[in-house]
Amino acid sequence: MEPVFFYIFAGLTLLCGGLVIANPFTRNPVTSAMFLFLTILSMSGLFVLLHAFFLAAVQVLVYAGAVMVLFVFVIMLLDLKEEERRRMKLAAVVLGAVATGVIALAMIGAMRHSRVGLGLESNVAEGSTIALGKNLFANFALPFELVSLLLLVAMIGAVLLSKKDLR
Amino acid sequence: MTLFAYMSPTQLFVVLSAIKIVAVFSVVMAAVAYAVLAERKISAFIQDRHGPNRVGPFGVLQPVADGVKSFLKEDFTPAHVRKAYFWLAPMITMIPSLLVLAVIPFGSQIPLGAQLGNVKMVIADLNVGILYTFGIVSLGVYGIVLAGYASNSKYPFLGGIRSSAQLISYEIAMGMSVVPVFLIVGDLNLGRVISFQAGHGWLIVYAPVSFVIFLIAGFAETNRLPFDLPESEQELVAGYNTEYSSMKFALFFMGEYANMIAVSGMMVTLFLGGWTLPLAGLDKPAASIGLGLIHIAIFAGKVAALVGLFIWVRWMWPRFRYDQLMDLGWRRLLPLALANIVLTAVILWLAGAVA
Repeated sequence: MEPVFFYIFAGLTLLCGGLVIANPFTRNPVTSAMFLFLTILSMSGLFVLLHAFFLAAVQVLVYAGAVMVLFVFVIMLLDLKEEERRRMKLAAVVLGAVATGVIALAMIGAMRHSRVGLGLESNVAEGSTIALGKNLFANFALPFELVSLLLLVAMIGAVLLSKKDLR
Repeated sequence: MTLFAYMSPTQLFVVLSAIKIVAVFSVVMAAVAYAVLAERKISAFIQDRHGPNRVGPFGVLQPVADGVKSFLKEDFTPAHVRKAYFWLAPMITMIPSLLVLAVIPFGSQIPLGAQLGNVKMVIADLNVGILYTFGIVSLGVYGIVLAGYASNSKYPFLGGIRSSAQLISYEIAMGMSVVPVFLIVGDLNLGRVISFQAGHGWLIVYAPVSFVIFLIAGFAETNRLPFDLPESEQELVAGYNTEYSSMKFALFFMGEYANMIAVSGMMVTLFLGGWTLPLAGLDKPAASIGLGLIHIAIFAGKVAALVGLFIWVRWMWPRFRYDQLMDLGWRRLLPLALANIVLTAVILWLAGAVA
């Protein structure tokens, strides 16, 4: 049964992901954002199939529930008519392609060193939250703290930008 | 029963889950209908009126009349709306509040003989139950935001914007407020949270600050007065649902009441002992069918009491101003919740060091 679900969720992820960037029916940014929301939901389905319940729940909680809501919130306040009329620029297309290529290379490089195929589901299904926490705070403490520093910097930057007369 | 003997464990699981889902869904839908009636009756009592009393004895058939009215009214779609989102928004409002119910244990277990064993009274016994509920609750905002966007007119749009800001703000306080609970219990599974409370006493005693923050954030998350800014009538006509009529309008209201029941269920599970009562051995998993049903009744009674509290508060309190709402969420509740986490962790650490 699980391979069937895998193909359903993987297909949905790819389909919705595709519709985020190139929707043949509309160029409405809200629709793109809603398809990104569906992409995130189907990806959390894939996490469930890997028995990574914690990641699945956090994926929905953080990305679908918080980040995407803010996206939709901001998009709704923009002038969408102008956005729909906008043409694509050559420089933007080239830059986008290069960025995508770099990320794809990094992903392929990472995947070459891991086992591929079915039967990969984690054997720490019970208490996986504890295992994840121990890993984060013991083995990967430095990267974890660096990421939190990055978020702090971004937060301070956002506060600074929103204060106009802070020179 | 003989039919069950021929089934594999997986098939049995599917059939039992389906039965539980249908049962919970129908009970909650009936509860939603009668919560509306309770709201009207209690508001009438508070304002010294009679309330609905024409349909059936004491108006108990009023929900039926309301339902028939909602279905038969003209379902008008204004010309200026964005059709797809206009149709989707009421459904998206309704779905998350129903999905949350899947992980809430509404009873201990019902022993159904040797073949079926002890059937747990929870639809999905997830080991990250509470994270699941917060994940799903956080999706509830989409319904209102999309309704505001789809209506494509001023007041619904403002209602949608207000709602998204409000829900995001109070979600953070709500999420932070339950961290102490899990520091104390040491597990994210809601069933374990209840068995901890059966052994050690209700968590409202251990984490009263958490309970108060969760209660306040619960009012904000369900858009109930004193936090009903998304639909404040005096300022926004009716807020995000101004352009809606007929059953689509009714779905928003059913979503609100289903949300109220779901949040009450979460509060009962996390702080008020779930299906347990510290009397007459009612805090052990049921050994007979009758006891199992009593446990379900205890859970339902606690939820009904909290829903009553929600309704009572609505007719007693004035609405917050928008800046007061944001101030309370970000500058009072969030620091309080963070301090609560640190304090609980320190106390637990000291207790562990002493022991």
